[in-house]
Amino acid sequence: MAHEVVHGHVAVELPLWRRLLRFSTDHKDIGLQYMFTAWAMAAIGGFLALLMRLQLGFPGKTFPFLGWLFPHGAEGGVLKPEFYLALITMHGTLMVFFFQTAILLGGFGNFLIPLQIGARDMAFPFLNGLSYWVFLLSCLIMLASFLVEGGAAAAGWTAYPPLSALKDLIPGSGWGQTLWLLGMAVFIVSSLMGSLNYITTVLNLRTRGMTMFRLPFTVWGLFLAAILGLLTFPVLTAGAILLLLDRHFGTSFYLPTLHVAGRLIGREGGNPLLWQHFFWFLGHPEVYILALPALGFVGDILACFARKPFFAYRLAVFGALGLAFLSCIVWAHHQFVSGMNPYLALPFSLLTILVSVPFATILLCLAGTLWGGSFRFTTPMLFALGFLSLVTIGGFGGLTLGVAANDLHLHDTYYVVGHFHVIMGSSVLFGIYAATYFWFPKMFGRMMNERLGKWHFWLSLLGIYAAFIPMHWLGLSGMPRRYYAFTELEFLKPFLSLNIFISIAAFVLIAAQLLFVVNFFWSLWRGEKASDNPWGAMTLEWQTSSPPPHGNWGAELPTVYRWAYDYSVPNAPTDFIPQTVPPTTAASRE
Amino acid sequence: MKGLRQRSQGFAIPLALLLLLVTVAVIAGTLWWVRHHLPTRIADTAYEVDGIILFVLAVAGIFLFFSHLYLAFVLLRFRDNPKATFVGVTRRSWLPVLAVLAVLFAFDLMFDHKSNEVWGKVFFRIPNDAFVVEITGEQFAWSIRYPGKDGKLGRSDVRLITDDNPLGLDKNDPASKDDIVFPAGQGELHLPLNHPVLFLIRSKDTLHSFFIPFARLKMDAVPGMTTRLWFVPIKPGRYEFTCAELCGLGHYRMRGDLIVEPMEKVQEWLSQQLTFEETMP
Repeated sequence: MAHEVVHGHVAVELPLWRRLLRFSTDHKDIGLQYMFTAWAMAAIGGFLALLMRLQLGFPGKTFPFLGWLFPHGAEGGVLKPEFYLALITMHGTLMVFFFQTAILLGGFGNFLIPLQIGARDMAFPFLNGLSYWVFLLSCLIMLASFLVEGGAAAAGWTAYPPLSALKDLIPGSGWGQTLWLLGMAVFIVSSLMGSLNYITTVLNLRTRGMTMFRLPFTVWGLFLAAILGLLTFPVLTAGAILLLLDRHFGTSFYLPTLHVAGRLIGREGGNPLLWQHFFWFLGHPEVYILALPALGFVGDILACFARKPFFAYRLAVFGALGLAFLSCIVWAHHQFVSGMNPYLALPFSLLTILVSVPFATILLCLAGTLWGGSFRFTTPMLFALGFLSLVTIGGFGGLTLGVAANDLHLHDTYYVVGHFHVIMGSSVLFGIYAATYFWFPKMFGRMMNERLGKWHFWLSLLGIYAAFIPMHWLGLSGMPRRYYAFTELEFLKPFLSLNIFISIAAFVLIAAQLLFVVNFFWSLWRGEKASDNPWGAMTLEWQTSSPPPHGNWGAELPTVYRWAYDYSVPNAPTDFIPQTVPPTTAASRE
Repeated sequence: MKGLRQRSQGFAIPLALLLLLVTVAVIAGTLWWVRHHLPTRIADTAYEVDGIILFVLAVAGIFLFFSHLYLAFVLLRFRDNPKATFVGVTRRSWLPVLAVLAVLFAFDLMFDHKSNEVWGKVFFRIPNDAFVVEITGEQFAWSIRYPGKDGKLGRSDVRLITDDNPLGLDKNDPASKDDIVFPAGQGELHLPLNHPVLFLIRSKDTLHSFFIPFARLKMDAVPGMTTRLWFVPIKPGRYEFTCAELCGLGHYRMRGDLIVEPMEKVQEWLSQQLTFEETMP
């Protein structure tokens, strides 16, 4: 390894599979390792969603292939309730942590931060490599839980005790839950190594002239997300260790005296609400760990394809700072009706509602960027525009839930499911897709197919609207989430047809993602060769070769003379002036 | 870059139309849904909670409409723009941003104020003369306990639970003698019409959530704690309640029946039931 760290093109000339399979310290390799692993986890998570929608849309129907795939969980082709609950738990866990968090921070964070700030690598390359392999270990632990006795964890991705503490309460709370907790703890260790690295790198390794206010918005998003991760993830680790103690060593952090299935469980004095506070202290900022990088990507992509300077860039940065700060002090809005002191709902509700102000600030800056633009409707641009629509719908769905009194009815209904699938599932996913189509040429030196990409966009957008917006309506009618068969309730029976519709929309949505998979691998080998700067973008990564060599830059680091958004400057020879162009050649800003 | 532009301009119109269409569909669909598919409102709280949900949704609808209208307008207006106008932040462009933020902030405060009114009523203004019912969750059914003639629920403790005494009532507490206990899944909730009802919510084993969609209320049942909820039933009839917190593999079938009828009928029905003392061997 050591000899490869020295300058030269050794690392890049390796074939892709070797770059993915070795212990690399090159941030680009590590980024790609994260990305491929995270996409694999997304594929598994998506498949679990397909099974769930089969059950919800067609409760009680027999699907022989299920019995063949899951002899224990779906004997005879009908999902068992405990298996259904394992599906929802693992779908949530895989998608939120092992796909979105991993690909945003581990994948794009790794690939983009050094390139966009003009560094040769991360501040701690070895730690960086280690963080990926620890992440892979956590993935394997998590997936292994499908194979153990009792099946995977089934207490929901929130793992509320007592359900997650005692296997008498649900089979998944045996070995499956132990592996879930271990998997999460290992994942958090990996994420901490990553976050430390990203923060240090952004603060210390910026090249000459790259001031904080010349950073591309993408780097701001990743930087703030890393800070949030560093501050809040450890709380969940602590919580998970306490839960492991409760489960295996008879302590009572979360367990009061219980009477389970005719048997007294002689714990004393614990409180289940304590876990909820630990969990959501991370769990809520986690939403912004996902949203901030996505907002960053979209901001940069919109500016590039509208050929417009970022509108009110500094205001957007302050909006992002406000968002990051507020996200840390609103966690208990997940617990309005949990039995916590109802007085607590008053500040938490107000703070949650006020999140809308910095959030809207950023969105208005993005919307302002579009005004007067000269658009190029490439696939990344379309995904970025789709993001704007989804994030607005999701944002207002969230505002509804932030109002404490509304949760008396809407908490734990399909309104919540619809909401977080629009905001966290779909809009962040659109940010990820926009970024993938946008930076693919830089990663692999080839363009992705535009025609397939556009089909992927239209089908995904329609699929998302059709699948998740009606869920809000079901929630308004009081359909609870995490129900194996809602048809047990008389008043919910009329909603079967809408659920069939949602299931079909979800199948279309999942099928549309296959277009992306095909496009990705086809373009990897057969895509049109990409130039160094195919989009005419300003930021540093586009000023080096595609893909960049090991060490990113030639003998000398780039020098930055301007902010990242000098698009369409009057009287300039081109409609963009890269950050590396000195001010003498054109009017400069900032 | 020219090539990129020429190849992709055709997408402005379909995308703008789709965005407008979706917004209209979302707003119209939601309006239609709340008119026709909300569960019957059987309590004062149902009107109050629905009131604030619909208020927030209405404001959200307006914002959604205008944000999508803006997007569609920008896409159409500038679709053939050969060169972007280089405008930084000017005083003129600041105004709309500040105006939108100010309006949003004002609505935020309104939401909070309305929310606190309902919240305050449900949690901090529990009437003293309420009809008390204890409801206890366990996997996967609800037990119900009425206080009996003395109007007082006797002391109970998880440690005292036996097969004959499923809620763990203290036999030595005089208040528990006339309590009326329906073990898990064996009773119905009879609630007096137009009279405040206070629920004391408990759990024996894990988290549950006592959810009455028809009253637009829910509250978690937490082992080791007693949580509260009250409302005034105002519509007679038979309705359902259910569990809204994941409690295990039978979570989805943890339902119960709820009957709203005049107070005299409730009392008459209660007087026909066996008390705790009478059921103990």
